[in-house]
Amino acid sequence: MATFVATLTKRKTAVSTGVSIPVVALLVAGAVFLLIGCLSSEIFAQQTVSGLADGAIFGLLALALVLIYRATEVVNFAQGEMAMATTYFAYQLTQWHLTYWLAFVLTLAFAFVFGVLVQVAFIRPVQHKSVIAVVIVTVGLFILIDGVVTWIWGADLKFMAAPFGNNVYTLSGVAFSRLDIGVFLVCIASMVLLWLLFQYTKLGLAMRASALRPSSAALVGVRVDRMLAVGWGLAAVLGAVAGMMTEPKQFVLQPPLMQPILLYAFAAAVLGGLESPFGAVVGGLTLGVFLNLIGQYVGFATSELRLPIAFAVLLFVLVLKPTGLFGRRQVRRV
Amino acid sequence: MPALLELEQVRARYGAVQALHGVSLDVEEGEIAAVLGANGAGKTTTLRAISGNVRREGEIRFAGRRLARTGPDDAARLGIAHVPEGRGTFAELTVWENLRLGAYTRSGRLRDDYARVQTYFPWLEERRNQQAGTLSGGEQQMLALARAFMQRPKLLLLDEPSLGLAPLLIAEIFRIIRELNEHEGLTVLVVEQNAHIALQAARRAFVLEVGRVALSGPSEELQQHESVRRSYLGY
Repeated sequence: MATFVATLTKRKTAVSTGVSIPVVALLVAGAVFLLIGCLSSEIFAQQTVSGLADGAIFGLLALALVLIYRATEVVNFAQGEMAMATTYFAYQLTQWHLTYWLAFVLTLAFAFVFGVLVQVAFIRPVQHKSVIAVVIVTVGLFILIDGVVTWIWGADLKFMAAPFGNNVYTLSGVAFSRLDIGVFLVCIASMVLLWLLFQYTKLGLAMRASALRPSSAALVGVRVDRMLAVGWGLAAVLGAVAGMMTEPKQFVLQPPLMQPILLYAFAAAVLGGLESPFGAVVGGLTLGVFLNLIGQYVGFATSELRLPIAFAVLLFVLVLKPTGLFGRRQVRRV
Repeated sequence: MPALLELEQVRARYGAVQALHGVSLDVEEGEIAAVLGANGAGKTTTLRAISGNVRREGEIRFAGRRLARTGPDDAARLGIAHVPEGRGTFAELTVWENLRLGAYTRSGRLRDDYARVQTYFPWLEERRNQQAGTLSGGEQQMLALARAFMQRPKLLLLDEPSLGLAPLLIAEIFRIIRELNEHEGLTVLVVEQNAHIALQAARRAFVLEVGRVALSGPSEELQQHESVRRSYLGY
Protein backbone atom coordinates (compact mmCIF):
# COMPACT_ATOMS: atom_id res chain seq x y z
CA MET A 1 0.00 0.00 0.00
CA ALA A 2 2.86 2.38 0.72
CA THR A 3 4.17 2.01 -2.82
CA PHE A 4 0.70 2.67 -4.11
CA VAL A 5 0.46 5.95 -2.22
CA ALA A 6 3.94 6.83 -3.39
CA THR A 7 2.97 6.42 -7.03
CA LEU A 8 -0.02 8.63 -6.40
CA THR A 9 2.03 11.44 -4.96
CA LYS A 10 5.09 11.18 -7.17
CA ARG A 11 3.43 12.45 -10.31
CA LYS A 12 4.40 16.04 -10.90
CA THR A 13 1.78 18.70 -10.47
CA ALA A 14 0.77 20.03 -13.85
CA VAL A 15 -0.24 23.66 -13.78
CA SER A 16 -2.79 24.23 -16.49
CA THR A 17 -3.42 27.86 -17.27
CA GLY A 18 -4.88 27.30 -20.72
CA VAL A 19 -2.60 29.93 -22.25
CA SER A 20 -0.53 28.75 -25.18
CA ILE A 21 2.98 30.02 -25.85
CA PRO A 22 2.28 31.47 -29.34
CA VAL A 23 -0.59 33.54 -27.90
CA VAL A 24 1.62 34.90 -25.13
CA ALA A 25 4.36 35.69 -27.66
CA LEU A 26 1.83 37.49 -29.84
CA LEU A 27 0.55 39.57 -26.94
CA VAL A 28 4.04 40.44 -25.73
CA ALA A 29 5.02 41.45 -29.27
CA GLY A 30 1.90 43.62 -29.48
CA ALA A 31 2.66 45.27 -26.15
CA VAL A 32 6.26 45.97 -27.17
CA PHE A 33 5.05 47.43 -30.46
CA LEU A 34 2.63 49.73 -28.62
CA LEU A 35 5.28 50.79 -26.13
CA ILE A 36 7.80 51.70 -28.81
CA GLY A 37 5.08 53.48 -30.79
CA CYS A 38 3.97 55.46 -27.74
CA LEU A 39 7.53 56.51 -26.92
CA SER A 40 8.30 57.62 -30.45
CA SER A 41 5.08 59.42 -31.39
CA GLU A 42 2.75 61.62 -29.36
CA ILE A 43 -0.23 61.01 -31.61
CA PHE A 44 0.35 57.29 -31.41
CA ALA A 45 0.39 57.51 -27.62
CA GLN A 46 -2.79 59.57 -27.56
CA GLN A 47 -4.57 57.18 -29.86
CA THR A 48 -3.41 54.21 -27.83
CA VAL A 49 -4.72 55.62 -24.55
CA SER A 50 -8.01 56.60 -26.12
CA GLY A 51 -8.18 53.14 -27.69
CA LEU A 52 -7.60 51.52 -24.33
CA ALA A 53 -10.54 53.45 -22.90
CA ASP A 54 -12.77 52.37 -25.81
CA GLY A 55 -11.41 48.86 -25.53
CA ALA A 56 -12.08 48.67 -21.80
CA ILE A 57 -15.74 49.38 -22.54
CA PHE A 58 -15.80 46.72 -25.27
CA GLY A 59 -14.08 44.34 -22.88
CA LEU A 60 -16.57 45.04 -20.11
CA LEU A 61 -19.59 44.33 -22.29
CA ALA A 62 -17.77 41.35 -23.79
CA LEU A 63 -17.26 40.09 -20.25
CA ALA A 64 -21.00 40.34 -19.67
CA LEU A 65 -21.57 38.31 -22.85
CA VAL A 66 -19.04 35.68 -21.75
CA LEU A 67 -20.58 35.45 -18.29
CA ILE A 68 -23.95 34.61 -19.77
CA TYR A 69 -22.52 32.44 -22.51
CA ARG A 70 -20.80 30.26 -19.94
CA ALA A 71 -23.90 29.89 -17.80
CA THR A 72 -26.69 29.81 -20.36
CA GLU A 73 -24.78 28.83 -23.52
CA VAL A 74 -26.21 31.61 -25.61
CA VAL A 75 -25.05 35.05 -26.63
CA ASN A 76 -27.40 37.55 -25.06
CA PHE A 77 -28.34 39.81 -27.94
CA ALA A 78 -30.19 42.09 -25.53
CA GLN A 79 -27.07 42.79 -23.45
CA GLY A 80 -26.45 46.14 -25.13
CA GLU A 81 -30.06 47.25 -24.83
CA MET A 82 -30.15 46.25 -21.17
CA ALA A 83 -27.04 48.40 -20.67
CA MET A 84 -28.70 51.26 -22.52
CA ALA A 85 -31.86 51.00 -20.41
CA THR A 86 -29.88 51.11 -17.18
CA THR A 87 -27.99 54.15 -18.47
CA TYR A 88 -31.36 55.86 -19.00
CA PHE A 89 -32.19 54.94 -15.42
CA ALA A 90 -29.00 56.74 -14.32
CA TYR A 91 -29.97 59.68 -16.51
CA GLN A 92 -33.36 59.84 -14.81
CA LEU A 93 -31.72 59.84 -11.37
CA THR A 94 -29.45 62.74 -12.35
CA GLN A 95 -32.54 64.54 -13.63
CA TRP A 96 -33.88 64.18 -10.10
CA HIS A 97 -30.77 66.08 -8.97
CA LEU A 98 -28.80 63.17 -7.62
CA THR A 99 -25.07 63.56 -8.08
CA TYR A 100 -23.54 61.55 -10.90
CA TRP A 101 -21.72 59.06 -8.72
CA LEU A 102 -24.65 58.45 -6.40
CA ALA A 103 -26.78 57.82 -9.49
CA PHE A 104 -24.01 55.50 -10.74
CA VAL A 105 -24.09 53.34 -7.61
CA LEU A 106 -27.90 53.21 -7.43
CA THR A 107 -27.98 52.25 -11.08
CA LEU A 108 -25.71 49.30 -10.42
CA ALA A 109 -28.15 48.02 -7.82
CA PHE A 110 -31.04 48.59 -10.20
CA ALA A 111 -29.16 46.79 -12.98
CA PHE A 112 -28.61 43.75 -10.80
CA VAL A 113 -32.31 43.46 -9.97
CA PHE A 114 -33.18 44.11 -13.61
CA GLY A 115 -30.85 41.32 -14.81
CA VAL A 116 -32.21 38.87 -12.27
CA LEU A 117 -35.81 39.70 -13.24
CA VAL A 118 -35.05 39.28 -16.95
CA GLN A 119 -33.61 35.83 -16.28
CA VAL A 120 -36.49 34.74 -14.06
CA ALA A 121 -39.28 36.16 -16.20
CA PHE A 122 -38.03 35.56 -19.74
CA ILE A 123 -35.08 33.17 -19.85
CA ARG A 124 -35.95 30.55 -17.23
CA PRO A 125 -39.22 29.47 -18.87
CA VAL A 126 -37.47 28.61 -22.15
CA GLN A 127 -34.02 27.70 -20.86
CA HIS A 128 -34.47 23.95 -21.00
CA LYS A 129 -36.34 23.98 -24.30
CA SER A 130 -33.62 24.78 -26.81
CA VAL A 131 -30.74 27.14 -27.45
CA ILE A 132 -32.60 28.65 -30.39
CA ALA A 133 -35.58 29.45 -28.17
CA VAL A 134 -33.34 31.36 -25.75
CA VAL A 135 -31.67 33.23 -28.62
CA ILE A 136 -35.05 34.25 -29.99
CA VAL A 137 -36.11 35.44 -26.56
CA THR A 138 -32.99 37.61 -26.27
CA VAL A 139 -33.68 39.09 -29.71
CA GLY A 140 -37.25 39.76 -28.57
CA LEU A 141 -35.91 41.42 -25.42
CA PHE A 142 -33.72 43.63 -27.59
CA ILE A 143 -36.80 44.95 -29.38
CA LEU A 144 -38.91 45.11 -26.22
CA ILE A 145 -36.36 47.10 -24.21
CA ASP A 146 -35.63 49.43 -27.11
CA GLY A 147 -39.35 50.09 -27.51
CA VAL A 148 -40.04 50.63 -23.83
CA VAL A 149 -37.10 53.03 -23.39
CA THR A 150 -38.17 55.07 -26.42
CA TRP A 151 -41.72 55.08 -25.10
CA ILE A 152 -40.67 56.37 -21.67
CA TRP A 153 -37.90 58.81 -22.58
CA GLY A 154 -38.42 59.49 -26.29
CA ALA A 155 -35.88 59.13 -29.08
CA ASP A 156 -34.44 62.62 -28.82
CA LEU A 157 -30.91 63.23 -27.55
CA LYS A 158 -30.35 63.49 -23.80
CA PHE A 159 -27.35 64.94 -22.04
CA MET A 160 -25.84 63.91 -18.75
CA ALA A 161 -23.30 65.57 -16.49
CA ALA A 162 -19.70 64.69 -17.34
CA PRO A 163 -18.47 62.26 -14.69
CA PHE A 164 -14.80 63.06 -15.01
CA GLY A 165 -14.86 66.70 -16.11
CA ASN A 166 -13.20 67.84 -19.30
CA ASN A 167 -9.64 68.27 -18.09
CA VAL A 168 -6.66 67.20 -20.11
CA TYR A 169 -3.40 66.08 -18.55
CA THR A 170 -0.19 66.63 -20.44
CA LEU A 171 2.73 64.32 -19.92
CA SER A 172 5.89 65.08 -21.90
CA GLY A 173 3.95 66.60 -24.75
CA VAL A 174 1.24 63.92 -24.88
CA ALA A 175 -2.26 65.02 -23.94
CA PHE A 176 -4.38 62.48 -22.06
CA SER A 177 -7.99 63.30 -21.44
CA ARG A 178 -9.20 62.75 -17.91
CA LEU A 179 -12.26 61.16 -19.42
CA ASP A 180 -10.27 58.40 -21.14
CA ILE A 181 -8.28 57.65 -18.02
CA GLY A 182 -11.40 57.67 -15.84
CA VAL A 183 -13.34 55.39 -18.18
CA PHE A 184 -10.41 53.00 -18.38
CA LEU A 185 -9.93 52.85 -14.62
CA VAL A 186 -13.64 52.37 -13.84
CA CYS A 187 -13.89 49.54 -16.38
CA ILE A 188 -10.75 47.81 -15.18
CA ALA A 189 -11.81 48.18 -11.54
CA SER A 190 -15.17 46.54 -12.35
CA MET A 191 -13.37 43.64 -14.02
CA VAL A 192 -11.03 43.15 -11.07
CA LEU A 193 -13.93 43.21 -8.61
CA LEU A 194 -15.78 40.63 -10.66
CA TRP A 195 -12.69 38.44 -10.84
CA LEU A 196 -12.24 38.65 -7.06
CA LEU A 197 -15.87 37.71 -6.58
CA PHE A 198 -15.58 34.65 -8.80
CA GLN A 199 -12.19 33.55 -7.56
CA TYR A 200 -12.40 34.12 -3.84
CA THR A 201 -16.00 33.97 -2.64
CA LYS A 202 -18.27 31.05 -1.99
CA LEU A 203 -20.92 32.66 -4.18
CA GLY A 204 -18.45 32.99 -7.04
CA LEU A 205 -17.37 29.39 -6.71
CA ALA A 206 -20.98 28.22 -6.67
CA MET A 207 -21.69 30.27 -9.78
CA ARG A 208 -18.72 28.77 -11.60
CA ALA A 209 -19.79 25.28 -10.53
CA SER A 210 -23.35 25.91 -11.74
CA ALA A 211 -22.13 27.06 -15.12
CA LEU A 212 -19.68 24.19 -15.55
CA ARG A 213 -21.76 21.26 -14.26
CA PRO A 214 -25.26 22.15 -13.17
CA SER A 215 -26.25 18.63 -12.10
CA SER A 216 -23.13 18.12 -9.98
CA ALA A 217 -23.56 21.57 -8.47
CA ALA A 218 -27.10 20.69 -7.41
CA LEU A 219 -25.82 17.50 -5.77
CA VAL A 220 -23.59 19.48 -3.42
CA GLY A 221 -26.52 21.72 -2.52
CA VAL A 222 -26.07 24.69 -4.85
CA ARG A 223 -29.35 26.26 -5.96
CA VAL A 224 -28.43 26.27 -9.62
CA ASP A 225 -31.39 28.28 -10.93
CA ARG A 226 -30.68 30.98 -8.39
CA MET A 227 -27.03 31.10 -9.43
CA LEU A 228 -27.98 31.52 -13.09
CA ALA A 229 -30.23 34.44 -12.15
CA VAL A 230 -27.40 36.01 -10.14
CA GLY A 231 -25.16 35.56 -13.19
CA TRP A 232 -27.62 37.51 -15.33
CA GLY A 233 -27.76 40.16 -12.61
CA LEU A 234 -23.99 40.53 -12.58
CA ALA A 235 -23.85 40.66 -16.37
CA ALA A 236 -26.43 43.45 -16.28
CA VAL A 237 -24.28 45.29 -13.73
CA LEU A 238 -21.25 45.05 -16.04
CA GLY A 239 -23.44 46.26 -18.89
CA ALA A 240 -24.63 49.19 -16.78
CA VAL A 241 -21.05 50.25 -16.12
CA ALA A 242 -20.29 49.92 -19.84
CA GLY A 243 -23.36 51.99 -20.70
CA MET A 244 -22.61 54.71 -18.18
CA MET A 245 -19.03 54.88 -19.48
CA THR A 246 -20.10 54.92 -23.13
CA GLU A 247 -22.43 57.86 -22.59
CA PRO A 248 -19.68 60.37 -21.65
CA LYS A 249 -17.46 59.04 -24.47
CA GLN A 250 -20.24 59.84 -26.93
CA PHE A 251 -21.48 62.97 -25.10
CA VAL A 252 -25.11 62.13 -25.83
CA LEU A 253 -27.64 59.55 -24.73
CA GLN A 254 -30.08 58.07 -27.20
CA PRO A 255 -31.72 54.64 -27.59
CA PRO A 256 -29.18 53.17 -30.08
CA LEU A 257 -26.34 54.06 -27.66
CA MET A 258 -25.06 50.54 -27.17
CA GLN A 259 -25.87 48.93 -30.51
CA PRO A 260 -22.43 49.45 -32.09
CA ILE A 261 -20.77 48.72 -28.74
CA LEU A 262 -22.52 45.35 -28.56
CA LEU A 263 -21.10 44.43 -31.96
CA TYR A 264 -17.59 45.47 -30.92
CA ALA A 265 -18.05 43.53 -27.69
CA PHE A 266 -19.13 40.50 -29.66
CA ALA A 267 -16.03 40.73 -31.84
CA ALA A 268 -13.91 41.18 -28.69
CA ALA A 269 -15.47 38.14 -27.01
CA VAL A 270 -14.88 35.96 -30.06
CA LEU A 271 -11.32 37.24 -30.37
CA GLY A 272 -10.66 36.29 -26.76
CA GLY A 273 -12.48 32.98 -27.04
CA LEU A 274 -16.16 33.06 -26.07
CA GLU A 275 -15.55 30.88 -23.02
CA SER A 276 -12.79 33.00 -21.53
CA PRO A 277 -13.43 36.02 -19.27
CA PHE A 278 -9.76 36.99 -19.42
CA GLY A 279 -9.89 36.64 -23.19
CA ALA A 280 -12.88 38.99 -23.38
CA VAL A 281 -10.94 41.70 -21.59
CA VAL A 282 -7.77 41.23 -23.66
CA GLY A 283 -9.89 40.99 -26.82
CA GLY A 284 -11.70 44.22 -25.96
CA LEU A 285 -8.54 46.19 -25.23
CA THR A 286 -6.83 44.83 -28.35
CA LEU A 287 -9.78 45.70 -30.54
CA GLY A 288 -10.10 49.20 -29.08
CA VAL A 289 -6.43 50.08 -29.66
CA PHE A 290 -6.38 48.36 -33.05
CA LEU A 291 -9.40 50.29 -34.34
CA ASN A 292 -8.00 53.61 -33.14
CA LEU A 293 -4.59 53.07 -34.69
CA ILE A 294 -6.09 51.89 -37.97
CA GLY A 295 -8.29 54.99 -38.02
CA GLN A 296 -5.25 57.20 -37.41
CA TYR A 297 -2.71 55.66 -39.74
CA VAL A 298 -4.62 53.96 -42.55
CA GLY A 299 -5.84 56.72 -44.80
CA PHE A 300 -8.94 55.17 -46.29
CA ALA A 301 -10.17 53.69 -42.97
CA THR A 302 -12.50 56.46 -41.91
CA SER A 303 -14.81 56.14 -38.94
CA GLU A 304 -17.48 54.65 -41.21
CA LEU A 305 -15.24 51.61 -41.58
CA ARG A 306 -14.81 50.96 -37.85
CA LEU A 307 -17.64 48.44 -37.61
CA PRO A 308 -16.74 46.61 -40.84
CA ILE A 309 -13.15 46.34 -39.64
CA ALA A 310 -14.35 44.89 -36.33
CA PHE A 311 -16.34 42.36 -38.32
CA ALA A 312 -13.29 41.55 -40.42
CA VAL A 313 -11.47 40.77 -37.16
CA LEU A 314 -14.38 38.55 -36.10
CA LEU A 315 -14.37 36.67 -39.38
CA PHE A 316 -10.59 36.35 -39.35
CA VAL A 317 -10.66 34.78 -35.87
CA LEU A 318 -13.52 32.43 -36.66
CA VAL A 319 -11.74 31.14 -39.75
CA LEU A 320 -8.20 30.94 -38.40
CA LYS A 321 -8.70 30.06 -34.73
CA PRO A 322 -12.33 29.49 -33.80
CA THR A 323 -11.48 29.06 -30.12
CA GLY A 324 -10.04 32.58 -30.02
CA LEU A 325 -6.91 33.57 -28.16
CA PHE A 326 -7.78 31.92 -24.85
CA GLY A 327 -10.49 29.43 -25.66
CA ARG A 328 -9.18 26.01 -24.79
CA ARG A 329 -9.85 22.38 -24.96
CA GLN A 330 -9.98 20.61 -21.63
CA VAL A 331 -7.26 18.31 -20.44
CA ARG A 332 -9.04 15.33 -18.93
CA ARG A 333 -7.92 11.93 -17.87
CA VAL A 334 -10.38 9.17 -17.21
CA MET B 1 -35.56 2.79 16.28
CA PRO B 2 -36.71 3.83 12.81
CA ALA B 3 -34.19 3.49 9.99
CA LEU B 4 -32.32 6.55 8.76
CA LEU B 5 -33.61 5.99 5.25
CA GLU B 6 -36.70 4.10 4.21
CA LEU B 7 -38.04 3.49 0.73
CA GLU B 8 -41.50 2.06 0.32
CA GLN B 9 -42.78 1.00 -3.08
CA VAL B 10 -40.77 3.66 -4.89
CA ARG B 11 -41.42 3.88 -8.61
CA ALA B 12 -39.60 6.01 -11.15
CA ARG B 13 -39.61 6.35 -14.90
CA TYR B 14 -37.59 7.98 -17.67
CA GLY B 15 -40.18 9.07 -20.17
CA ALA B 16 -42.03 5.94 -21.22
CA VAL B 17 -39.51 3.59 -19.64
CA GLN B 18 -40.36 2.45 -16.14
CA ALA B 19 -37.06 2.01 -14.30
CA LEU B 20 -38.28 1.26 -10.77
CA HIS B 21 -41.36 -0.90 -10.27
CA GLY B 22 -41.70 -0.47 -6.53
CA VAL B 23 -38.45 -0.59 -4.58
CA SER B 24 -38.59 -1.00 -0.82
CA LEU B 25 -35.46 -0.88 1.26
CA ASP B 26 -34.06 0.71 4.37
CA VAL B 27 -30.71 1.86 5.66
CA GLU B 28 -29.99 2.02 9.36
CA GLU B 29 -27.88 4.67 10.94
CA GLY B 30 -24.20 3.79 11.08
CA GLU B 31 -24.24 0.89 8.64
CA ILE B 32 -22.97 0.25 5.15
CA ALA B 33 -25.72 -1.12 2.95
CA ALA B 34 -25.24 -2.27 -0.62
CA VAL B 35 -27.54 -2.40 -3.61
CA LEU B 36 -26.53 -5.10 -6.07
CA GLY B 37 -27.87 -6.05 -9.44
CA ALA B 38 -27.20 -6.42 -13.12
CA ASN B 39 -27.04 -3.59 -15.64
CA GLY B 40 -30.42 -1.92 -15.96
CA ALA B 41 -31.81 -3.38 -12.77
CA GLY B 42 -32.45 0.12 -11.44
CA LYS B 43 -29.52 0.56 -9.05
CA THR B 44 -28.54 4.02 -10.23
CA THR B 45 -32.16 5.09 -10.52
CA THR B 46 -32.72 4.08 -6.89
CA LEU B 47 -30.01 6.50 -5.79
CA ARG B 48 -31.29 9.17 -8.15
CA ALA B 49 -34.77 8.76 -6.69
CA ILE B 50 -33.44 9.25 -3.16
CA SER B 51 -31.54 12.42 -4.02
CA GLY B 52 -34.38 13.76 -6.15
CA ASN B 53 -32.65 13.57 -9.51
CA VAL B 54 -35.49 11.69 -11.12
CA ARG B 55 -39.21 12.10 -10.69
CA ARG B 56 -40.54 9.38 -8.41
CA GLU B 57 -43.66 8.11 -6.71
CA GLY B 58 -43.99 6.20 -3.51
CA GLU B 59 -42.74 6.93 -0.06
CA ILE B 60 -39.17 7.99 0.81
CA ARG B 61 -38.45 8.88 4.42
CA PHE B 62 -35.12 10.26 5.53
CA ALA B 63 -34.30 11.06 9.17
CA GLY B 64 -37.98 11.15 9.98
CA ARG B 65 -38.90 13.45 7.08
CA ARG B 66 -40.76 12.60 3.93
CA LEU B 67 -38.86 13.44 0.78
CA ALA B 68 -41.73 14.20 -1.50
CA ARG B 69 -41.01 17.09 -3.78
CA THR B 70 -37.38 17.65 -2.90
CA GLY B 71 -34.82 18.35 -5.62
CA PRO B 72 -31.15 17.36 -5.45
CA ASP B 73 -30.12 20.65 -3.83
CA ASP B 74 -32.69 20.12 -1.04
CA ALA B 75 -31.46 16.58 -0.49
CA ALA B 76 -27.91 17.89 -0.09
CA ARG B 77 -29.15 20.40 2.46
CA LEU B 78 -30.93 17.65 4.41
CA GLY B 79 -27.63 15.78 4.72
CA ILE B 80 -27.54 13.41 1.77
CA ALA B 81 -24.27 13.35 -0.15
CA HIS B 82 -24.64 11.70 -3.54
CA VAL B 83 -21.51 10.73 -5.46
CA PRO B 84 -23.05 9.94 -8.84
CA GLU B 85 -21.89 7.82 -11.75
CA GLY B 86 -18.92 9.58 -13.27
CA ARG B 87 -18.16 10.92 -9.78
CA GLY B 88 -19.63 14.40 -10.29
CA THR B 89 -16.19 15.94 -10.00
CA PHE B 90 -15.77 19.47 -11.28
CA ALA B 91 -12.95 18.65 -13.68
CA GLU B 92 -12.30 22.28 -14.58
CA LEU B 93 -11.94 23.39 -10.97
CA THR B 94 -9.04 22.75 -8.65
CA VAL B 95 -8.94 20.01 -6.04
CA TRP B 96 -9.36 22.58 -3.28
CA GLU B 97 -12.32 24.22 -5.04
CA ASN B 98 -13.97 20.81 -5.33
CA LEU B 99 -13.56 20.32 -1.60
CA ARG B 100 -14.93 23.78 -0.88
CA LEU B 101 -17.97 22.94 -2.98
CA GLY B 102 -18.42 19.78 -0.95
CA ALA B 103 -18.80 21.96 2.11
CA TYR B 104 -21.15 24.34 0.29
CA THR B 105 -24.18 23.64 2.47
CA ARG B 106 -22.24 24.29 5.64
CA SER B 107 -21.08 27.48 7.21
CA GLY B 108 -18.03 28.05 9.31
CA ARG B 109 -14.42 27.15 8.94
CA LEU B 110 -13.25 24.23 6.87
CA ARG B 111 -9.86 23.77 8.43
CA ASP B 112 -10.81 20.99 10.86
CA ASP B 113 -12.71 19.05 8.24
CA TYR B 114 -9.90 19.45 5.78
CA ALA B 115 -7.44 18.18 8.37
CA ARG B 116 -9.64 15.12 8.87
CA VAL B 117 -9.99 14.57 5.15
CA GLN B 118 -6.23 14.62 4.88
CA THR B 119 -5.86 11.75 7.34
CA TYR B 120 -7.69 9.58 4.79
CA PHE B 121 -6.33 11.20 1.64
CA PRO B 122 -2.90 12.61 2.50
CA TRP B 123 -1.98 13.18 -1.15
CA LEU B 124 -4.70 15.86 -1.55
CA GLU B 125 -2.60 18.60 0.00
CA GLU B 126 0.06 18.29 -2.67
CA ARG B 127 -2.56 18.43 -5.42
CA ARG B 128 -4.56 21.19 -3.82
CA ASN B 129 -4.23 23.64 -6.70
CA GLN B 130 -4.28 21.11 -9.50
CA GLN B 131 -7.19 20.93 -11.91
CA ALA B 132 -9.34 17.97 -10.83
CA GLY B 133 -9.69 16.79 -14.43
CA THR B 134 -5.98 16.02 -14.57
CA LEU B 135 -6.20 13.50 -11.73
CA SER B 136 -6.29 9.79 -12.52
CA GLY B 137 -9.57 7.89 -12.29
CA GLY B 138 -8.76 6.49 -8.86
CA GLU B 139 -7.71 9.87 -7.55
CA GLN B 140 -10.90 11.42 -8.88
CA GLN B 141 -12.95 8.78 -7.11
CA MET B 142 -11.12 9.55 -3.89
CA LEU B 143 -11.60 13.26 -4.44
CA ALA B 144 -15.32 12.59 -4.86
CA LEU B 145 -15.32 10.74 -1.52
CA ALA B 146 -13.37 13.54 0.12
CA ARG B 147 -15.77 16.10 -1.30
CA ALA B 148 -18.74 14.16 0.02
CA PHE B 149 -17.07 13.89 3.41
CA MET B 150 -16.60 17.69 3.52
CA GLN B 151 -20.37 17.93 3.34
CA ARG B 152 -20.59 16.13 6.73
CA PRO B 153 -23.52 14.11 5.46
CA LYS B 154 -25.85 11.93 7.47
CA LEU B 155 -25.98 9.56 4.53
CA LEU B 156 -23.56 8.93 1.70
CA LEU B 157 -24.91 7.57 -1.58
CA LEU B 158 -22.17 6.01 -3.69
CA ASP B 159 -22.78 4.98 -7.27
CA GLU B 160 -20.38 2.31 -8.53
CA PRO B 161 -17.18 3.54 -6.91
CA SER B 162 -15.34 0.62 -8.52
CA LEU B 163 -16.24 1.59 -12.08
CA GLY B 164 -13.26 1.61 -14.41
CA LEU B 165 -10.68 1.14 -11.67
CA ALA B 166 -7.95 -1.44 -11.26
CA PRO B 167 -8.50 -4.13 -8.57
CA LEU B 168 -5.85 -2.66 -6.27
CA LEU B 169 -7.54 0.73 -6.39
CA ILE B 170 -10.97 -0.77 -5.82
CA ALA B 171 -9.70 -2.44 -2.67
CA GLU B 172 -8.17 0.85 -1.55
CA ILE B 173 -11.38 2.79 -2.16
CA PHE B 174 -13.46 0.28 -0.21
CA ARG B 175 -10.92 0.24 2.60
CA ILE B 176 -11.38 4.01 2.92
CA ILE B 177 -15.17 3.69 2.76
CA ARG B 178 -15.05 1.21 5.64
CA GLU B 179 -12.74 3.46 7.62
CA LEU B 180 -15.04 6.42 7.13
CA ASN B 181 -17.89 4.23 8.32
CA GLU B 182 -16.06 2.91 11.39
CA HIS B 183 -14.17 5.99 12.51
CA GLU B 184 -16.52 8.77 11.43
CA GLY B 185 -19.82 6.96 11.83
CA LEU B 186 -20.74 7.66 8.22
CA THR B 187 -23.82 5.80 6.98
CA VAL B 188 -23.32 4.57 3.42
CA LEU B 189 -25.60 3.20 0.75
CA VAL B 190 -23.42 1.89 -2.03
CA VAL B 191 -24.53 0.67 -5.44
CA GLU B 192 -22.18 -1.88 -6.98
CA GLN B 193 -21.87 -4.27 -9.86
CA ASN B 194 -18.86 -5.77 -8.17
CA ALA B 195 -20.92 -7.85 -5.73
CA HIS B 196 -17.89 -9.53 -4.26
CA ILE B 197 -16.30 -6.42 -2.84
CA ALA B 198 -19.63 -4.82 -1.96
CA LEU B 199 -20.72 -7.83 0.13
CA GLN B 200 -17.42 -7.75 1.95
CA ALA B 201 -17.85 -4.12 2.92
CA ALA B 202 -21.57 -4.00 3.58
CA ARG B 203 -23.48 -5.27 6.59
CA ARG B 204 -26.64 -5.80 4.58
CA ALA B 205 -27.45 -5.87 0.91
CA PHE B 206 -30.42 -5.60 -1.43
CA VAL B 207 -30.43 -7.37 -4.77
CA LEU B 208 -32.37 -5.54 -7.46
CA GLU B 209 -33.92 -7.30 -10.40
CA VAL B 210 -35.89 -5.38 -13.03
CA GLY B 211 -36.70 -2.47 -10.78
CA ARG B 212 -37.66 -4.48 -7.69
CA VAL B 213 -35.85 -5.82 -4.66
CA ALA B 214 -35.65 -9.53 -5.38
CA LEU B 215 -33.64 -10.50 -2.35
CA SER B 216 -32.26 -8.87 0.76
CA GLY B 217 -30.52 -9.72 3.98
CA PRO B 218 -27.23 -9.67 5.88
CA SER B 219 -24.21 -9.86 3.59
CA GLU B 220 -22.99 -13.19 5.01
CA GLU B 221 -26.33 -14.81 4.22
CA LEU B 222 -26.41 -13.43 0.70
CA GLN B 223 -22.87 -14.61 0.11
CA GLN B 224 -24.06 -18.14 0.82
CA HIS B 225 -27.23 -17.76 -1.20
CA GLU B 226 -27.36 -20.03 -4.19
CA SER B 227 -28.71 -17.61 -6.82
CA VAL B 228 -26.55 -14.70 -5.63
CA ARG B 229 -23.47 -16.86 -5.90
CA ARG B 230 -24.38 -17.99 -9.36
CA SER B 231 -25.56 -14.64 -10.78
CA TYR B 232 -23.34 -12.09 -9.08
CA LEU B 233 -20.37 -13.76 -7.48
CA GLY B 234 -19.63 -16.19 -10.29
CA TYR B 235 -18.97 -19.39 -8.40
